[in-house]
Amino acid sequence: MLERAGTAAVSWFATVGDASLFAARAAREIFVPPFEFRETIRQIYELGLKSVPLIAVSGLAVGVVLSMHTRASLERFGAESMIPAGLAMALVRETGPLTVGLLLSGRIGAGIGAELGAMRVTEQIDALEASAVDAFRYLVVTRVIACIIALPILTSVMNFAGIMGGFLAEASATGMSLSVYFNRAFSLIDMTDYIPATLKTMVFGFIIATTSSYLGFTTESGTEGVGQASTKSVVLSSILIIVSNVLLVRLIFFIFPQAAGGG
Amino acid sequence: MAIADASRAEARRAVLPGRPAVRLEHVTKAFGSRRVLDDVSFEVPSGSGFVILGRSGTGKSVTLRHMIGLVRPDSGRVFVGDDEMSGLTGPALSRVRQTIGFLFQNAALFDSITVGENVAFPLRRHTDLSDQEIRARAAGKLASVGLDGEYDRMPAALSGGMRKRAGLARALSLDPEILLVDEPSAGLDPITADEIDSLLGDLKQRGGVTLVVVTHNIPSARRLGDELLMLHEGRVIAHGTPGDMDRSPDDLVRAFMTSRHSG
Repeated sequence: MLERAGTAAVSWFATVGDASLFAARAAREIFVPPFEFRETIRQIYELGLKSVPLIAVSGLAVGVVLSMHTRASLERFGAESMIPAGLAMALVRETGPLTVGLLLSGRIGAGIGAELGAMRVTEQIDALEASAVDAFRYLVVTRVIACIIALPILTSVMNFAGIMGGFLAEASATGMSLSVYFNRAFSLIDMTDYIPATLKTMVFGFIIATTSSYLGFTTESGTEGVGQASTKSVVLSSILIIVSNVLLVRLIFFIFPQAAGGG
Repeated sequence: MAIADASRAEARRAVLPGRPAVRLEHVTKAFGSRRVLDDVSFEVPSGSGFVILGRSGTGKSVTLRHMIGLVRPDSGRVFVGDDEMSGLTGPALSRVRQTIGFLFQNAALFDSITVGENVAFPLRRHTDLSDQEIRARAAGKLASVGLDGEYDRMPAALSGGMRKRAGLARALSLDPEILLVDEPSAGLDPITADEIDSLLGDLKQRGGVTLVVVTHNIPSARRLGDELLMLHEGRVIAHGTPGDMDRSPDDLVRAFMTSRHSG
């Protein structure tokens, strides 16, 4: 019993070590030429542009729901006029980035895990190497760069869609005009709210791409392994995003004290 | 263009005339606690047909993968020409791999691009040819394996035999000096297996390429092999011409050579 637990612990640490080396290699090779421009652009299209409908629709729905909740809370204090600003602040600083991270760990993480896993078990990754192509650079680094670029942009899409969702809810509840809503929504937000929170999703993108690529690259056991790689990619990326978010928020508050309300 | 191609071919030449195309020196390889190759040494003469025989799980495919650097030995050395594969990385490894074609057991075609683009892939990566020239060359390679007119079909739409032919066309796209073939008849009906054999036989007869084939198929081994090598439990137990193997004092070797199995 104890021996089995020991073996499992050693195996777990070996996997964590292996995955950390994989991520470190990806982080280093992002900056090392030659760059796979064509494949990177294709990945930005596949992983980023094709995620826009999911993010836009989700953002709209999140905005509507946030608006309804904010109204329910602020009405008690007679502060309905603060609803647009409260909603925009919540979206831009936390809800938008985190929701995008979690949604894309589902869509992109599962996709990368399954695709690379299938390529591993059908020897397509070996075939790339045999064709004198560095499979790590071609498959992993391109996806990491694509995710790092795509996530902040998709976060901005989510924020905008959420704010528009909030407007729809407000307009239907109070008949508020778009210009009044926008004036109120952006009255409290400045760049220290928007930029750090949006840029932290670059870290989420790195986490999603490296985690799912690692699990895809190390897939074994045929089609069952491909399914496991896909599922584990979503679960592990989501957990890492949520945990890293705590550290990133602490870091943002440290660098920008005014964002924490201290300045 | 012909001059440019000739100089490029000269620049990436790995095998020098009169030297062995491939040389393994005391190669040992284990996966976990299982030793797959145990002190394996042999030379593949340049321009010859060299066949590796043995029962399933005796390390034949692993031996082949060492030759293109997909697997690295735990100890011992693998040479392609004068280049030690186990010591190569990056551009140096890529240069040697461009001189080697590899036909995988299940063809390992890239399933997200067409058959023609599979064949064109190494040309797009490693030559300066125009798109038109690359398409023409890829179509020519497909025609040479009996797949003319199949350029725009997806790999999933091909039969097992056609996939293998397409894999062979891709392996030949850079006119390699060495062609590594893993189980060419595996999973094919006898007639299709004979057709693949004929294609490999024609290649050998035309000369200019060193053929290394892993197979169970004795008629195929006799047809393609100037030299045969037999592995058993990770060790070389026989090496010589087909006639030498027929006269081997080892019962297992004689039993293998007289087997009628052709799959």
